[in-house]
Amino acid sequence: MATYELKNKKNPPISEIGVIKWLHENLFSSLFNSILTLFALYLLYLIIPPLADWLYFGAEFGNVTNDQCTREAACWTYIGKKINLYIYGFYPEEHYWRIHLTFALVAVFSFIPRLFKNNPHRFKLIAFLFISYPILAFYLLYGGIGLEVVETHKWGGLTLTIIIAAVGIVASFPIGILMALGRQSKMKVIRFFSVLYIEFIRGVPLITILFMASVVLPLFFSEGIDVDKLLRALIGITLFQAAYIAEVIRGGLQAIPRGQYEAADAMGLSFFQKTSLIILPQALKISIPNIVGSFISLFKDTTLVLIIGLFDMLAIVGLSTSDVNWLGRETEGYVFVAFVLWIILYSMSKYSKNIEKRYNTELDKEKL
Amino acid sequence: MSSNDKQIIQINNLNKWYGDFHALNNINLTVNEGEIVVICGPSGSGKSTLIRCINYLEKFQEGEIIVDGTSIADDVKKIRQVRSEVSMVFQHFNLFPHLTILDNLTLAPIWVHQNKKEDATERALALLDRVGIKDQAEKYPNQLSGGQQQRVAIARSLCTSPKIMLFDEPTSALDPEMISEVLDVMVELAKEGMTMVCVTHEMGFAKKVADSMIFMDEGQIIETNKPDEFFKNPESDRLKLFLNQILDK
Repeated sequence: MATYELKNKKNPPISEIGVIKWLHENLFSSLFNSILTLFALYLLYLIIPPLADWLYFGAEFGNVTNDQCTREAACWTYIGKKINLYIYGFYPEEHYWRIHLTFALVAVFSFIPRLFKNNPHRFKLIAFLFISYPILAFYLLYGGIGLEVVETHKWGGLTLTIIIAAVGIVASFPIGILMALGRQSKMKVIRFFSVLYIEFIRGVPLITILFMASVVLPLFFSEGIDVDKLLRALIGITLFQAAYIAEVIRGGLQAIPRGQYEAADAMGLSFFQKTSLIILPQALKISIPNIVGSFISLFKDTTLVLIIGLFDMLAIVGLSTSDVNWLGRETEGYVFVAFVLWIILYSMSKYSKNIEKRYNTELDKEKL
Repeated sequence: MSSNDKQIIQINNLNKWYGDFHALNNINLTVNEGEIVVICGPSGSGKSTLIRCINYLEKFQEGEIIVDGTSIADDVKKIRQVRSEVSMVFQHFNLFPHLTILDNLTLAPIWVHQNKKEDATERALALLDRVGIKDQAEKYPNQLSGGQQQRVAIARSLCTSPKIMLFDEPTSALDPEMISEVLDVMVELAKEGMTMVCVTHEMGFAKKVADSMIFMDEGQIIETNKPDEFFKNPESDRLKLFLNQILDK
C-alpha cells in the first residue's frame, strides 16, 4: 500500500506552445520542409510587391482619359467608366430598376416563408412563391403589358451571367432528380431512356450542346417560328446540367441503406411518399457538396455562351476592347471579371458548407 | 392462452426461390389472434425470409398468405392494406436518421392513416413514455443508444395500432447489456395480447411468453410445439443439436 501527494501542475516546455510550436510543426518540421518554406517565402517576395503595385499602389483610380492613365499599372478608371456595361450589358439605363427589383424580390420571396413558420399552409405558400417568381421575373426583365419590352439581345453582363446560371440551376434540379430516380427504376423502359439521356449528354462537351441548341434546334421548328437565342441557350444548359445533377444524386441514392426502403415499405408508405419523405431527403443531403460543386462548374461554364453570341460578363471584356477610347485595357477587365466570379463562387461554396452543417443530423453522439 | 381461435395469419403451401436456391420449402402455418409465435433456427434457415413474406418485403413464387382475411397477391393496394395492419421491427432498427424521434413515430399515422398531426403527436408521446424514452422525443436517432433506438422502433411500429407485429431478430444487433431493456418491452406487449411473430434466439424470452415454437432449417419447418415440450422433449435430431448449441452458450 502506498499513497502519493498531489503534485503541482507544471507548464509545458516552451517548444510545445504558441507561435513557436506552430512554426515548428507547420513550417520547419524537417530540413526539407524548411527549405520549401524558405523557397516559398522567396517566391512570395518576387510576386507580391509587383502585383500589389499593379493592383493598387501604382494604379489609377481618378477621373482620367485612357491616354492620361498609366500603362505601368492598372487603370481602374476604365472599370469605373464601364461598370454599367459589365453589370447590365446593353439594358437601357432608365430600366435598370427592373433588374434591381427582380433581384431584390429573391430576397423578399425567400424571407416571406419565415414569417409563417407554424402555418399549416406554409408549404403551399412556398410552392406558390416558387412558381410565381420566374413568371414575375420574366415579366419584369422582358416587359410586356404596361412595361416597355427589352429584347433579350440587349441583356448582358453580370445580369445575364446570373440569369443563365440561376435558370440552369433551378430548372435542371427537378429534371436531374427525375433522371436519377429513372435510372434506379424497376421499369426497364424508363431506366433505359434515363441511362441513354444521361450517358449521351455526359459524353458531349457543353460547347457542342450550345452549338446544337443554337444551330440545330431551329431546324426542328417549323419555319417562321423563331425561338429566342437566349431561350435556346437556356434549354441547352438546363439539359446539360440535368444529366450531371442526375449522376450526383444517383450517388446519394446508392448510399441509402436498403433498410430505409424496407422500413418505409413495411409502414405502408406509397412509392411517392417513400421517395419524397424518406429516400430523397437523405440522398440530397448526402449529395449537397457534389451538387454545389456541380453548380459552381455550371456557373463557370456559362461563360461559354459567348460563342453563340450572347454577351455575358466575360464577353463584355472582349467587346469593350473595341472601344477606341479605352484600347488596351483587357487585363483590367479580365482581372475584374475573375474577381467578381470568385466572390460569387466562393460564397456559393461557403453557403454549401453552411447547409451541410444545418442538415447534418447523423452526427455521432460524441460530437454533440 | 389465446382468447379466441380466429386465424389472423394463414400461410398455405408457400414456396420461394432465390434463383436456383429453394429458400422456403412448402411452408404451412397458421397464427391465431393474440398468439405469440417464436421462430428459431440456424442462420440461413429461412426464418427471416418467412416473416418478411408476411408483409411482402420478399416476393414468393408459389402458395398464398392470408392476413386478416386479405390474401396478398401482386396487387399494390392489397399489399399496402396488409402493411398498414402489420408492423415490423428490424434487426438494425431502420429508424429514419433525418427525422427526429417524434417525426419517426408520427410519419405513418399522418401519411398512411391520415391521422391529424396533433392526435398522432399525442399518441406518439404516450408510446414513447411507455417505452421509457419520452424525454428523447426531439432528438435524432443517432443520438440514442442501440437499445433506445430499438425501443423507439417498437414504439414507431405501435403508432399505427397494428393487429400483428413482426420481429426480425430485434436484439441481434444490440450490445449485451441493452438486450433486456428491449425484451422487457416485448414481454409487456405480449402480455397485452398483441399478436406477435418473432424471429429470435432469445430462448429465455421464448420460454416466458411464447404460445408456440417453430424450428426451421433449410427453408422448411422441422418442428412445432408448445414451448415446454419444445425445450424439454425435442423430437428431431436437428432441433436437439440446435438447442444444445444455443443453450450451452
